[in-house]
Amino acid sequence: MALRSLVVAAIVAFTGGLVVASFAGFREFLPGLLEGALITVQITIGGCALAVACAFVAGLAKMYGPWPVRWLAVGYIEVFRGTSALVQLFWLFFVLPRFGLTMEPLTVAILTLGLNVGAYGAEVVRGAVAAVPRGQWEATVALNMSRAQALRRIILPQAVVAMIPPWGNLFIELLKATALVSLITIPDLAFRAQQMNATTYRTVEIFSIVLVFYLAIAMVITIAMQTVERFAARGLARGRAT
Amino acid sequence: MFWDWAFAGEILPLLARASLVTLQATILGFAIAAVLGLAFAIGRMYGPAWLSVPLTGFIEFIRSTPLLIQIFFIYFVFPEFGLVLEAMTAGVLALGLHYATYASEVYRAGLANIQRGQWEASIALNLTPYHTFRDVIIPQAIPPIVPALGNYLVALFKETPLLSAIGVLELMQTAKIIGSETFRYVEPITMVGAIFLIFSLIAAGLIRIVEARLNRRMVH
Repeated sequence: MALRSLVVAAIVAFTGGLVVASFAGFREFLPGLLEGALITVQITIGGCALAVACAFVAGLAKMYGPWPVRWLAVGYIEVFRGTSALVQLFWLFFVLPRFGLTMEPLTVAILTLGLNVGAYGAEVVRGAVAAVPRGQWEATVALNMSRAQALRRIILPQAVVAMIPPWGNLFIELLKATALVSLITIPDLAFRAQQMNATTYRTVEIFSIVLVFYLAIAMVITIAMQTVERFAARGLARGRAT
Repeated sequence: MFWDWAFAGEILPLLARASLVTLQATILGFAIAAVLGLAFAIGRMYGPAWLSVPLTGFIEFIRSTPLLIQIFFIYFVFPEFGLVLEAMTAGVLALGLHYATYASEVYRAGLANIQRGQWEASIALNLTPYHTFRDVIIPQAIPPIVPALGNYLVALFKETPLLSAIGVLELMQTAKIIGSETFRYVEPITMVGAIFLIFSLIAAGLIRIVEARLNRRMVH
């Protein structure tokens, strides 16, 4: 397992780095970076939850909704995939208040990232549902199930398993996109990096450590998704008639 | 009034000029990504272990860390080692490097799809590795992956606003400056969004045309 050994090596390097760091007088900026990392993790979790919700609603609406709902879903997906995440963030942060809708920066951050990644996720949902073999649909018709029943009990449980690997990639994209929120004054990891850099001038150490922090969070996501995938696939194999 | 058309018309030339900088960054960044990505893919697939193993780790590292931090790294950390870069150069380099790692995965898929027989034939014809790649492998590996590369071109284009964080005067930075000078953010930021949407939709359409044409050629 090349990946496994890579992960182990990275974790060893990371802990080793932390030990060295704490002895080398990095105390002045490490606590600040850790606080920032906590906010980054919070935004990542919030954004991922929202993204999954948006993706299922928009993806299923695009496939099965009546035409006004379908067009709404297509509009949402195209707009959020067609423009830049940073532009969306600034739009929600600077433009929406002019229309009388002011939100906390943290809310704006989670909302933007969730909606942005959700638009990409909608296509993942659509692809996975479309990839369920036709025979499964035909069987639900033969069993006299309604379409909602068929989706909920037969189609989605199979589609979800196929979605897990692409969702892992999207979650990492979302993690990376959280760095943008530093530009709307949220003290996340990227923001703290700039702040600590401006006060301590330990440029090389700070930005290297920050990169490793992001890598460590990404690896946690990768390993978590691999675990989820194993469990989900096992459930599917057990249920299948042989 | 939420939306002032006169003001929008007034700032349009400024944004049009800034969009040239955005396009420039996109094209230069993608040129780097396309060339470096191919080098990464070949090094990773056919290079000796001392090259392919660190390269794989490096690619994974770049792919799992934020582009914004990489831009900061190149812009702020490189000068510590004596390499001072202009904001635009640093930004284009970061964009190119980041997307080279994505492009390398695409190239890898293209190269992996070449049949073994093509390699064997090249050996039988006594071609050097250089000529095998240049005349046999690459011309077959590239056309099927053009649409996938095109998607990354659009993705790279949409990441160029990040260069505003180090002060490059591209679309986003120009819109922000207009906003802070006039206290009107609605028009500039909405227009930037619209410009990105229009460019992305045009690019997506072009990719679809190229894809259709490539598919037709491969059927013949």
